[in-house]
Amino acid sequence: MLIVDAIHAAHGAIEVLHGVSLKVQAGEIVTLIGANGAGKTTTLTCISGLHKPKSGKIAFEGKDLLPLPAHDIVHCGIAHCPEGRRVFPRQSVAENLALGAYIRNDKAGIRQDLDKIYSLFPVLLERRAQLAGTLSGGEQQMLAVGRAMMIRPRLLLLDEPSLGLAPLIVKRIFDVILELNRQGTTILLVEQNARMALKIASRAYVLETGSVIAEGTGAELLADPKVQAAYLGDA
Amino acid sequence: MLDTLAQQLLLGLTNGMVFALIALGYTMVYGILEFINFAHGDVFMLSGFFALTLVSVLGLQDAQGFSLFAQLGLVLVLASAFGAVVNLLIDRLVYKPLRKAPKLAPLVSAIGVSFVLQNIGLIWGAMPLDVFGGGGQPAAPKSFPALLPTTNLLGNSAITLQLKDVLVIGASLAVMTVLYLLVTRTKLGMAMRATAQDPQAARLMGIDVDRVVAATFLVGGGLAGFAAVVYALYINTVYYQMGYQNGLYAFTAAVVGGIGNIPGAVLGGLLLGLVRAFSDQFIGAQWQPAVLFGILIVLLVFRPSGLLGSTAREKV
Ligand SMILES: Nc1ncnc2c1ncn2[C@@H]1O[C@H](COP(=O)(O)OP(=O)(O)O)[C@@H](O)[C@H]1O
Ligand SMILES: [Mg+2]
Repeated sequence: MLIVDAIHAAHGAIEVLHGVSLKVQAGEIVTLIGANGAGKTTTLTCISGLHKPKSGKIAFEGKDLLPLPAHDIVHCGIAHCPEGRRVFPRQSVAENLALGAYIRNDKAGIRQDLDKIYSLFPVLLERRAQLAGTLSGGEQQMLAVGRAMMIRPRLLLLDEPSLGLAPLIVKRIFDVILELNRQGTTILLVEQNARMALKIASRAYVLETGSVIAEGTGAELLADPKVQAAYLGDA
Repeated sequence: MLDTLAQQLLLGLTNGMVFALIALGYTMVYGILEFINFAHGDVFMLSGFFALTLVSVLGLQDAQGFSLFAQLGLVLVLASAFGAVVNLLIDRLVYKPLRKAPKLAPLVSAIGVSFVLQNIGLIWGAMPLDVFGGGGQPAAPKSFPALLPTTNLLGNSAITLQLKDVLVIGASLAVMTVLYLLVTRTKLGMAMRATAQDPQAARLMGIDVDRVVAATFLVGGGLAGFAAVVYALYINTVYYQMGYQNGLYAFTAAVVGGIGNIPGAVLGGLLLGLVRAFSDQFIGAQWQPAVLFGILIVLLVFRPSGLLGSTAREKV
């Protein structure tokens, strides 16, 4: 479904991705783990088009994404729930969700997805008239995930959805990710919370200073002593 | 005394409407690009010349009754369209190539564009049009014919309320209402507000930020064009520096209201108009800039981000 082939990307003069390759098959949950600064966010922004790699290839369902601006990539069926949530703080919860449906015109489908999001995250329904900037961190993350769901993507890119959240909320969000995947959305999940990510992942890649240094099924990497030592802390 | 107060109130309101209309253009562009389009006032000025030329071509000074109002409506629409297109062209030709440059580059370019437009105003003023008084003196103010009847709508009252006052206030309020609906009720408006807060996140929603920016320049320029006709109808002159002074006042109004904030620009414009009118009446016109800016500076000391500006940019 998604093929990232040997991309090199730089911020200014400094190259931060040195030929990253990865694949995501339809229906999978693939996770990309790695330490802070490894290049996970940069990889996702290259896929969604916010950042353009210097070389390499990115194709989605056979279509070359590199020439497309970010707003056109959304039309291809890719939603990117960015690092740090990036909800629109001075707009209401409802309006943030409406912005997620910006490219859609199917009123009935939008209504249906909205109901689904409100039932998955009832707190968003409660606070639908509240400005997004006044929500707690966890609520904002739920809103960011909901907003990305409103795009009704075939591939959902999630950048550290668990960052800075209480364990209970992290669990809620991971449950929703699993549920979405069961309903047919393919997921590419970036996480520092490697243990949780590997547990739900079909396959995983380990990124270290701009290069993929390991890949395998979630279970394989969980059992890998090197991964355990470097990313699973106490293991 | 009460009559004088009412009269100055009216004067302040009408002037304030013009400032507000121009201020909206500054604030909307700033809201999206965090950039002060210093040439905005000169788009207003050029639209004034355009409107005067149209008036002359249509022979509006001799029109009356329905025909006068219909053609005046046409002038309003065409001058707005003119302002919109000029503003968009400036963005595409000058600012857009500098979008990723350090912030001072587009700012200095905007000052340059402002001078270029003023020179175009001078050239335009030198054209041998009847209404320009035979040309010759490009810098001299060109008189814009008093198209509307000057009878006092209040009869023999000591307060003068002319049709042009009603028209200026009514038309400005109507345009502001349309703008309000555009920004709050339409998809484009929603996209504009989202882009103003976080352009990157907006792109992830599928919003074409380039088009939102273009729409913003169009709307801002349109408002400036509209303001130019309103101003010309009211003040009855058009000259090449009218954008400089009014633009500066309108920009100040936008800052006082809270730059980037749309209701703030209207509030700031009206406040500026009122303070100006009262200061002229009770303190003296020669003190106007000192009184006006003195009050505004004090205001900004207590509310540095303006009346309706958010005190801190949300960072979450
Ligand atoms: N906007 C930027 N400007 C300069 N350097 C950046 C920028 N964003 C990220 N970097 C650098 O690129 C590298 C990879 O960053 P990032 O992709 O954010 O990693 P991760 O998401 O894995 O923490 C880091 O060294 C980071 O400092
Ligand atoms: Mg990151």
